[in-house]
Amino acid sequence: MKQTKKSFDVGNWLIPAIAVIIAMAIAGVMMKLQGADPVGAYKTLFTTSFGSAKGFSATLGKATPLVLVGLAVTIGLRAGLFNIGAQGQLISGALGTAWAGYTFTGLPSYIHLPIAIAFGMFFGAFVGFIAGALKAYRGVHEVITTIMLNSIIMGLSDYLVVYHFREPGQLLTRTSEIQKSARLPFLFGLPFGFFIAIALAVLAWWVMANTTSGFRFETVGRNKFAAWYAGISVKRTLVTAMIISGGIAGLGGAIETLGVTYRFEPAFNAGLGFDGITIALLGRAHPLGIIPGAILIGGMRAGASNMQFVAGVATELVDLLMALILFFVTAPLVTRFFKNSTSKSVTGGWGN
Amino acid sequence: MSDLLEITGLTKQFPGVLANDDISLSVKAGEVVALLGENGAGKSTLVKAVFGLIKPDKGEIKISGNVMAYGDTAGVIAAGVGMVHQHFQLVPVMSVTENIILGDEPRKAFFIDRKSAREQVLALSERYGLEVDPDAIVEDLPVGMQQRVEILKALRKDVKLLILDEPTAVLTPLEIDELLGVIRNLANSGVGIVLITHKLHEVMEVADRVLVLRGGKAIGFTSPKESDEAGLAQMMVGRSVILRVDKTPAKPGKPALEIRGLQVLDDRKLLSVKGVDLIVHHGEILGVAGVEGNGQREMVEAICGMRHRTAGQVLVDGELTKDMHPHSVHAAGISHIPEDREKHGLVASYTIADNLVLNQFDREPFAKGWVRNISQVTSNADQVVEEFDIRTPSAQNLASSLSGGNKQKVVVARELSEDLKVLVAAQPTRGVDVGSIEFIHNQLIAARDRGAAVLLVSAELDEILSLSDRVAVMSGGKIVAIVDSKNADRNYIGRLMAGMKS
Ligand SMILES: Nc1ncnc2c1ncn2[C@@H]1O[C@H](COP(=O)(O)OP(=O)(O)OP(=O)(O)O)[C@@H](O)[C@H]1O
Ligand SMILES: [Mg+2]
Repeated sequence: MKQTKKSFDVGNWLIPAIAVIIAMAIAGVMMKLQGADPVGAYKTLFTTSFGSAKGFSATLGKATPLVLVGLAVTIGLRAGLFNIGAQGQLISGALGTAWAGYTFTGLPSYIHLPIAIAFGMFFGAFVGFIAGALKAYRGVHEVITTIMLNSIIMGLSDYLVVYHFREPGQLLTRTSEIQKSARLPFLFGLPFGFFIAIALAVLAWWVMANTTSGFRFETVGRNKFAAWYAGISVKRTLVTAMIISGGIAGLGGAIETLGVTYRFEPAFNAGLGFDGITIALLGRAHPLGIIPGAILIGGMRAGASNMQFVAGVATELVDLLMALILFFVTAPLVTRFFKNSTSKSVTGGWGN
Repeated sequence: MSDLLEITGLTKQFPGVLANDDISLSVKAGEVVALLGENGAGKSTLVKAVFGLIKPDKGEIKISGNVMAYGDTAGVIAAGVGMVHQHFQLVPVMSVTENIILGDEPRKAFFIDRKSAREQVLALSERYGLEVDPDAIVEDLPVGMQQRVEILKALRKDVKLLILDEPTAVLTPLEIDELLGVIRNLANSGVGIVLITHKLHEVMEVADRVLVLRGGKAIGFTSPKESDEAGLAQMMVGRSVILRVDKTPAKPGKPALEIRGLQVLDDRKLLSVKGVDLIVHHGEILGVAGVEGNGQREMVEAICGMRHRTAGQVLVDGELTKDMHPHSVHAAGISHIPEDREKHGLVASYTIADNLVLNQFDREPFAKGWVRNISQVTSNADQVVEEFDIRTPSAQNLASSLSGGNKQKVVVARELSEDLKVLVAAQPTRGVDVGSIEFIHNQLIAARDRGAAVLLVSAELDEILSLSDRVAVMSGGKIVAIVDSKNADRNYIGRLMAGMKS
């Protein structure tokens, strides 16, 4: 009874569940029309990713950056910001981390890893900061700036890798491999990064629900006029939110680099940041709600190639699924989000 | 001939609240029926059900003999019903003209005929004596102006049944008189009217019949002929209400709030506070009387750090306060009951409990360092809800589920539950029922007696005169006179308010 607004309400999770089911049904029909066997395809997809310990470990590996970008977008949404820029922030983080990973040599792991991660978070946060500051002090909408920053960062990272950070003697556009000391280990056969991601999601949930900073974020997100009246610095809160959001996305890039790719190559991280938007919305912008969403989508990504191999369905099916899920989950959610965050769909009056 | 509106056995249950309990009401053509009841009695719920906005659990609604279905607002409008909602239904980013013509725009070929639309609005405003700026953007307007837009929008089409949910809460006395005149005229020409208001004299003036609701139940019908204001109040609240304020003479102490040479711009960047000097002492209530739009709102916002002071200073106990910094102004000791409770006062999607600590959430006892103390927030809420008689099944409900007057009580309670140094109260009893007005007034006086300095701004001259120890009259952005309330003469103050030299 104590915390009605935060308690787990089954009704709230019905929309995402239904969105996933409808998306799978539609994709199934499309497979059928193509002459493939949807039941077989789905069966392969999910037994590959969830059916064995090894498969599940791969799934969690795929889910790790997704939890983090989902969390990044969620933190933004909580403060009333639509951070479309997780992709750019993630790439900045991945490049920063890769550089720190191969440049510093002779460090023990327990020093090298934190340094490399800090690099990633810093660059992600910095990109978030640019969008946050433009929003707070110049009134530029964050959707516009983050989309523009995405393009800038794609271009910039390509340029940097081609002309400055390219692996010596390498024709491909990629950096050197990170040192062994900067590789993230496995724990109980599961990628270490996954534990970091989950711990961070839990921490974020606790901070949002129990601290004054969380309350500031939420208040600004729900009614910035009331927040300002109540003495909350709206500008500072917006900038902080974008810094944290960007930092978490950057961490996603860092962990991906240190745990999976071991180097930076522009093509590696394509689309991860955008999956973050789907996952945040699927998780109803709840720091813990994103975890199942990220695992589900991570599983789809992990099982996709085996599904192509066994059932002959192209891996692009997963992209189709993602698009359909996003479509069905956003319609009711985005309207709600914008309604709550500005409460300006109609002007305030004298009550209900 | 069947009645214009016929409600039979209407019942509506919200979680934990029976908002309407088997209510029946019929309204004939040419009749003015007033709905009276405490905050949360179920008035808005009843009229929203008529308009098709709320799905009743039981009961039937007929308009001109036809049964209306839930959700069919278009059908209700087509049947000739106009409604002025308590919660405005305006599009904030559109202009006044656009809002008023919305849904039935004058056209030239495929385009909206903006010129004739604007003229229509001006004619409408002239005809009903409700002044609006046709080109202003709605979100920039103060609530009183928005209310006028709402009313004009409802009056634009020829309606058979007009429902007005607290239309007068934010209007000036002059506009109220005009509106009551309009209501009478419409009724004489055969329009049926349902009027919700907390101002008993309005009921006495225009109503033919009065339906009193209490706790969702229809208590009974009466009429101005059979009853008087005290009788109506008693019937509403279930006990006798003292409509006059009892207070002992003030014992003013040292100056608490000092305003020196304050100048402030309004939203259109025009000077609207033109050099105000005021001193409010500890243990005194200073009322600011004035017609809305004479700089009171801008002055209050500037004092509270929410609007830039282009010149002048605001001091608390001799210490300067910061410009444009609500947090430090609050820390300096100024509490503020804001005029626009929906925009500034509340976070609708927060619980009542969180709203009750909105500007104290980061302080002891509601937080210990970085961590909020949720159990303190909860026990504080339970106590305040009880003390201020906020009608809700639980303080953990969202603020958006409260009735209008109960929202106001949340805001007032939050500010008054602090240990006050200076309180700036803008329209503190707006939309609040008579019983709660009595309570809030007593609380203000109690705060004064504990040594708080109260700056009271209200559109209700009666409220100013009965609460204040001194009355400052504001006109044209200046304080034109300060009089002791003991020798205040209503007519004299009225003339000053209107800008006349004594
Ligand atoms: N959407 C809602 N969800 C839950 N409870 C609600 C909702 N809307 C109204 N209520 C409850 O129903 C009761 C009646 O509310 P209503 O708005 O009809 O009161 P009212 O008579 O118009 O009061 P006021 O004079 O304060 O405007 C209140 O107790 C209110 O809390
Ligand atoms: Mg109401």
